[in-house]
Amino acid sequence: MIEREQVLHVARLARLLLSDEEVERMREELSGILDHIEKIGELDLDGVDPTSHVIALENVLRPDEPRPSLAREAALSMAPQPGDTGFGVPSPGS
Amino acid sequence: MSELLDLTAAQTAASLRAGEVSTDELFDHSRARAANDDLGAFLWVAEDAPPPVSAQAPLAGVPLAVKDIFCAEGVPSTSGSRILEGYRPAYTATVVERLAAAGAPMVGKTNMDEFAMGSSNENSAYGPVRNPWDRERVPGGSSGGSAAAVAAGIAPWAIGTDTGGSIRQPASLCGLVGLKPTYGSVSRYGMIAFASSLDQAGPITRDVTDAALLFRHMVGRDPCDSTSLDHPEEIELPQADRLDGLRFGVPPELSGEGIEPGVLTVLKDVLGRVEHLGGTVNETRLPHSPHGLSAYYVLAPAEASANLARYDGVRYGLRAGNGDLLSMYEHTRAEGFGDEVKRRIMLGTYALSSGYYDAYYGRAQRVRTKIVADFASAFESCDFVITPTSPSVAFRIGERTGDPLAMYLSDYCAVPASLAGLPAISIPGGLSEGLPVGIQLVGPAFSENRLLQAAHALEGAIAFPTGPPPT
Repeated sequence: MIEREQVLHVARLARLLLSDEEVERMREELSGILDHIEKIGELDLDGVDPTSHVIALENVLRPDEPRPSLAREAALSMAPQPGDTGFGVPSPGS
Repeated sequence: MSELLDLTAAQTAASLRAGEVSTDELFDHSRARAANDDLGAFLWVAEDAPPPVSAQAPLAGVPLAVKDIFCAEGVPSTSGSRILEGYRPAYTATVVERLAAAGAPMVGKTNMDEFAMGSSNENSAYGPVRNPWDRERVPGGSSGGSAAAVAAGIAPWAIGTDTGGSIRQPASLCGLVGLKPTYGSVSRYGMIAFASSLDQAGPITRDVTDAALLFRHMVGRDPCDSTSLDHPEEIELPQADRLDGLRFGVPPELSGEGIEPGVLTVLKDVLGRVEHLGGTVNETRLPHSPHGLSAYYVLAPAEASANLARYDGVRYGLRAGNGDLLSMYEHTRAEGFGDEVKRRIMLGTYALSSGYYDAYYGRAQRVRTKIVADFASAFESCDFVITPTSPSVAFRIGERTGDPLAMYLSDYCAVPASLAGLPAISIPGGLSEGLPVGIQLVGPAFSENRLLQAAHALEGAIAFPTGPPPT
């Protein structure tokens, strides 16, 4: 079973606010899932390379030429607090 | 007119070309049906008629249901999440644009598990979807709305996305055809990201011909998705009715323990038909496939935890909290995400965190290599791998919501092909307990033409009805 402190640490990394009830539930559920996942620890994987991408594609490049992109107004149109030239956010505080 | 929507999309296209019905009439009718949908399949229905479509266009104006994961300019696109409620993207997904240009205008956006995380559609922030075969049961997920809409005859065809089974499993549970293409063959641009190394868009249709027709207009490299590439072959409409000389490999790992007896009975029946059509059936080992689910539930949540970092209340979507910046992030995400999404973000963040990275993420990537190698070795002695698509028929709404692991097991047979990036198709193989059972064929990368041909031949022999389920 993972510790309450671990759950809170991970939640902090993920910028997720969890209620006390959610922390407890997460402890149980994550522990159950991790127990299942840990079966891959039984496999002999020495010398096996990791796969991050399955299709052989490397260095996909395009000519470095300027072209129109999304207009600023369009990019700002869905923002909760649009400014004239950027996104408004609360102060980072102290 | 209502008989028309019981036809396959290709049959409907023929009616449009013959002038028996106009594209406008059909769209209006389809739109009205979607608006009156009582399965919970739609989250948005088109208000206006699309720009005029010629019945001579390749897809003839047959209306398309689009999973809500695809962005469409000015149209609500929520990915089933509260955090994107009211979001109207400034651009349209390449796939949606290509299909509209080919003559399949979008008639509505379909319900789905939040950010495509789920196997029952019960994780949608906008309510569950009912399976038209039995309204007390789930349609599968995450493309549950797309599958229910097509199965009920509300939409002639639909597109969904598949990360670890999200096209194939709902197709299986709703008695439909679902194709997950080779990774990279369809652009992901404008598809709201879940796990980028696995996500692929594909068709959900009433028959194999419709799947080929739709897929043909989805493929191709897109400069906006650097992981996309041109399909080496032009996608053909399948004609095959025999399987002579084709070798079908049955992996014991995915066709024994953990699979419902009724599902195995249907598999056995389909294997008999394979042989009857001239194909051969042999055992083919995929020794690492039982570990596929574990690797998947490290890799997909890890990628998701990074992809979903963008939902922070700054650029679009929900913003909550009235404190400082950090507090705004935390409140926004706490209020905007549902339970399953939080669970996966936590799981993924944990697996990537310092001290655990090698044990989880690193190992899972190595298991992925082994699974890729298993398939490569299988395809030395067979043309296709054949398995059940889902270990069970459609389960009851609420039956698995309290047990995340039981829910994850729904994707046991689907996940290995996803990890290997291989094309896989689910076709209805028969019924168990009066509910549809899907059979999955997996082929080598870019073998879609051969996969569709084999599926077409099998479909003819199985003769599963293509209309809505009996009521």
